Amino acid sequence: MSDLKFSEEHEWIRVDGDSGVVGITDYAQQQLGDIVFVELPEVGRQLAKGDEAAVVESVKAASEVYAIVGGEVTEVNGSLDDDPAQVNSDPMGGGWFFKIKIGDAGELDGLMDESAYEEYTASLE
Amino acid sequence: MAEPEGEPRRTPLYHLHRESGAKFARFAGYDMPVHYPGGILSEHHHTRRAAGLFDVSHMGQLMLSGGAAAAALEALMPIDVIDLPAGRQRYALLTNASGGILDDLMVTNLGDRLFLVVNGACKAADVAHLRAGLPGACVLDVLEERALLALQGPAAARVLGRLAPRTARQAFMTAAEAEIEGVGCLVSRCGYTGEDGFEISLPAGACEAVARRLLAEDEVALIGLGARDSLRLEAGLCLYGADLDEHTTPVEAGLGWALSKARRAEGARPGGYPGEEVILAQLADGPPRRRVGLKPDGRAPVRGGAELADDAGRRVGTVTSGGYGPTVGGPIAMGYVEAALAAAGTVLTALVRGKPQAVQVTRLPFVKHNYYRGSATEGARP
Repeated sequence: MSDLKFSEEHEWIRVDGDSGVVGITDYAQQQLGDIVFVELPEVGRQLAKGDEAAVVESVKAASEVYAIVGGEVTEVNGSLDDDPAQVNSDPMGGGWFFKIKIGDAGELDGLMDESAYEEYTASLE
Repeated sequence: MAEPEGEPRRTPLYHLHRESGAKFARFAGYDMPVHYPGGILSEHHHTRRAAGLFDVSHMGQLMLSGGAAAAALEALMPIDVIDLPAGRQRYALLTNASGGILDDLMVTNLGDRLFLVVNGACKAADVAHLRAGLPGACVLDVLEERALLALQGPAAARVLGRLAPRTARQAFMTAAEAEIEGVGCLVSRCGYTGEDGFEISLPAGACEAVARRLLAEDEVALIGLGARDSLRLEAGLCLYGADLDEHTTPVEAGLGWALSKARRAEGARPGGYPGEEVILAQLADGPPRRRVGLKPDGRAPVRGGAELADDAGRRVGTVTSGGYGPTVGGPIAMGYVEAALAAAGTVLTALVRGKPQAVQVTRLPFVKHNYYRGSATEGARP
């Protein structure tokens, strides 16, 4: 069974065993507005937690996405090249960014579960 | 441009923006709507398809009268103001002693007065500059109690024509008094989107009622500054502070068309404005660099500030505005390059987050202008 975690930087990771799928949250896509380009990391890249992992370009501006956990990038969502708006329409599904082999599962401990993240975003309003 | 300190100012439509779900940002000292819940892309497309209503009340509205105002203004700009017919308006530039641009503005001849619309972020500096440079007999009033709306898009004339019938056939770059919902307005046929449209100057206290009346028309939606920027970029129009500044001359900026014949070397009143030596020399011999359109390869936007290099890796220019063009459907940009590299088709390299990305010099605008040139029965202007 997979386990969904969130960061204060509005990324999510769906953990399955020793790997996870990473993306940005619905709150993040709403804040960014219409997304027109996503720069994804190279497959095989080693990320440390907090490294700049991707860049999201909205009509307005470019925003960095930082690695929610450290590890090795094993796959990226190539369909975002042709259809970056999936991040707006389906941020937790078709708008995923990359898959990562988690280096240290301990880094997941500081992340929020779904209800804690909902409280967190409510506190930002 | 440094943002002014202190509490942000609000336009007369602040509450309407809030009620409409605007996302705000501070611009030129004002809390301005960047976009509404529909987002920038849909607002952009709406303006190109129907009509967008923009609150541009942050812009400075000035009235200049007395003391041969037109001649006095000519001493501060390379523009023919003296021969500007009553009711006509002209794009103008305030220049400094080195030929750089202090601001770009619209000048309208209202017969006995001149009406100026200047950039919001330049307003205070422009007023100080004008007051210092104009003779004492000229009176410059800052119209603090006026608001400014822009109605832009192919349906703009149809919509405004329902409320003020004469405006529908008003010529491009003219201004006229018109009554909208019982409010006396000054309506100019111009804009900043590349589309047909109007700018409506009106008393601040009546602005919300007029805005709501316009929004009651099916074709009209509120549009924020985000789409205003993507629309003007596609139209190849300059943003002061990004594409124009005090170190950029009108000739470098490709605004030679705005430099009136009368003020050129061969004209009736050549020179006689700040920076004339530089500007006249650049008109004769060409400028060292030119503003160009840039089409990035691929899909990644190239933003203002990115450096441009040639094949050999030598720095040859800078991007001054860039982003995503919703109508173009891809990234677009403008910038300055060495004059020898300004020909359309030249391929350069932009550095985006340290990575090279090919960009091609291209003609402006990216999206064809759709200005009103008069109906056939009236005799179209060339």
